[in-house]
Amino acid sequence: MQTNFFRKIIFDEKSRSLLIQTLVIGIFALFIYLITQQTAYNLEKRGISSGFDFLHISAGYDISIRLIPFTSEDTHLRAYFVGLLNTLMIAVCGCFLATIIGFLVGIIRLSSNWLFRNIAYVYVEFTRNVPVLVQIILYYSILLNLPKIKQAIVIFDNFYLTNRGFFSPSPIFKDGFSIVAWSLVIAIIFTFFLKRFLKKKQEETGKQYPTFMINSAIIIFTPIIFYYIMGMPLEFDSPVLKGFNFKGGMVIRPEFLGMLFGLSIYTAAFISETVRSGIISVSKGQREASQALGLKSNFIMRLIIIPQALRVIIPPLTSQYLNLTKNSSLGIAIGYADLVHGFGGISLNQTGRAIEIMMMVMLTYLTISLTISFFMNLYNKSVQFKGNA
Amino acid sequence: MTKIKSLFISLVLTLGVSTAIAGSHGSTHDLVKERGKLMCGSNTGLAGFGAPNDAGVWEGIDVDVCRAVAAAVFGDASKVEYVPTTSKVRFTVLQSGEIDMLSRNTTWTLSRDVDLGLEFVGVNYYDGQGFMVNKSLGVSSAMELDGASVCIQVGTTTEMNLADFFKANDMSYESVPVETNSEADAAYTAGRCDVYTTDASGLYASRAGYPDPSAHVVLPEIVSKEPLGPAVRHGDSEWADIVRWSLNAMIIGEELGITSANVDEMKSSKNPEVLRLLGVDAGYGAMLGLSDDWAYNILSQVGNYSESFEKHIGPNTPINIQRGLNALYKDGGILYAPPFR
Repeated sequence: MQTNFFRKIIFDEKSRSLLIQTLVIGIFALFIYLITQQTAYNLEKRGISSGFDFLHISAGYDISIRLIPFTSEDTHLRAYFVGLLNTLMIAVCGCFLATIIGFLVGIIRLSSNWLFRNIAYVYVEFTRNVPVLVQIILYYSILLNLPKIKQAIVIFDNFYLTNRGFFSPSPIFKDGFSIVAWSLVIAIIFTFFLKRFLKKKQEETGKQYPTFMINSAIIIFTPIIFYYIMGMPLEFDSPVLKGFNFKGGMVIRPEFLGMLFGLSIYTAAFISETVRSGIISVSKGQREASQALGLKSNFIMRLIIIPQALRVIIPPLTSQYLNLTKNSSLGIAIGYADLVHGFGGISLNQTGRAIEIMMMVMLTYLTISLTISFFMNLYNKSVQFKGNA
Repeated sequence: MTKIKSLFISLVLTLGVSTAIAGSHGSTHDLVKERGKLMCGSNTGLAGFGAPNDAGVWEGIDVDVCRAVAAAVFGDASKVEYVPTTSKVRFTVLQSGEIDMLSRNTTWTLSRDVDLGLEFVGVNYYDGQGFMVNKSLGVSSAMELDGASVCIQVGTTTEMNLADFFKANDMSYESVPVETNSEADAAYTAGRCDVYTTDASGLYASRAGYPDPSAHVVLPEIVSKEPLGPAVRHGDSEWADIVRWSLNAMIIGEELGITSANVDEMKSSKNPEVLRLLGVDAGYGAMLGLSDDWAYNILSQVGNYSESFEKHIGPNTPINIQRGLNALYKDGGILYAPPFR
């Protein structure tokens, strides 16, 4: 019986692989356990305090680039949220811009125009073969060489371009503006249903409607009409040069712009290749068949080619979004106050809680990345072939 | 079978390695001697305090403390490997054991001394935080800086002092965080910020490197106490003693008028403290676990505090700093070392 048991373990493939897997997991768990124990032991031995209590003491430093109010009296926990929002802001803006540039360049690279095609080619080869950090620093250095604050470039009287950022008037919403905002929301919802209705009608009657034009007009003009009905409840606060800096208005800092340009221009090069490969992957016969049916060329692109290309484009696109989000941690190089720079850098240094803070930062990036993957996978499923096709 | 065997071997190895990590905590002094050189954390480059010169040799008053310790331990001030550290990583590098000591214009504060597991062993420069602006702004006091953009190195005490100073005076500012001194110089000279704030010594050092140093003025307000000094890991008092007394030997050397030029003559001095310091009267080196001529080596190879100061940051250098607070206590400063006996 005993010998049988050992025989089985050694010679039966299933039992053997089970044993090996158990062992590997066991060793891995032991390894993690030992590392954790050792770290805790070393920290204690060197008299370094640990724990998460520091999150509730005041941070003591200021952050200029922020979406929520923050002063030096606020806690490190709030500094974490300021950094998190800045990371999300650059990630969202970066992905958005990168997608637009990427799709445009990807389509231009397939254009029949020699000049455009090759400009796009040079752009792609240059940007994707130069490290993104170098590009970020390059764009930031260019932005720093814009005119100084006193010699600002004035655009349309109220916009100022300087090496301290792009200053623009900020809107002041007065009573009744919420009605204008709601009218826009309702207009958007209305166009959504209108689109479905017109599509159904088209399927029944075969008559085509300029859906896009109609909907655009509704979305643009509804809030404008309500804006005048409510007596123009919107004013602007223009930036004014006072003392050292502009007072009032809004500002986009060069640190943000440097990151935005660096990340999106770099990632767009990869996205454009993805888009190009997606379009090429749609078989030639599809285009020829649609031409034979007499479809216009922009319809062929929009209704035949792109939907099929998306199946190929989405998975690598997801991976580019993840890359961009993770690369946003390079903000530290030019002082963009993202999660790694503010909380993961300054708070870490003031409190010395390196392990705790880095764990939090890592878990945060993990969560953001998994969330992006989750939604992109959902979208991917929705564009795949339905049924057995 | 072989698979299982190799798995067991790797298991044993994993265990063995972890215990080996756990066991490697000898005394720093022994480690340094064994290695044959001192690993010293320095600035990434701050002229006069710690920066490589044209020939790539590290120089400065912070660097001289490293050299003094090497002279005391090895009898050779050049047996130092410098590890450039940013203000952000300096403590981690020290805590992890990558360097033996940190001599890098670092402010001695309670939380660093206690909470970070460090031990500050003395002060080699009494500093305070200042503000530098371009003269063309016409600013003559830090109280006029409301609304300014301020360049600041992250992870420093200056960052918190800055927040406190502007808050206390009900002024607003835009902080422009930068990582290193050279990045701060670049941002400041490009006009990204109006003001550069750091320890006054650092401002003087930076200014000396600008194309037109006279176009910049350091404002009179000094808004903080910044005692800068070398630090070691907490819990190794023997090593801390060696670093502390290497620095003290330089200060006492100045007090007793011993320079690198006259150190050999001074060996025949009649002053008993000079004789104790230079190891003519034996016994004091052994207390530290060093040879008796350890302080002689420091003073002959590195020089006394005054020599180091005048050579790197004094009025005859581009940095041009007066002794001020850093003069000996008997010359009107607060530099003071406990007696050598």
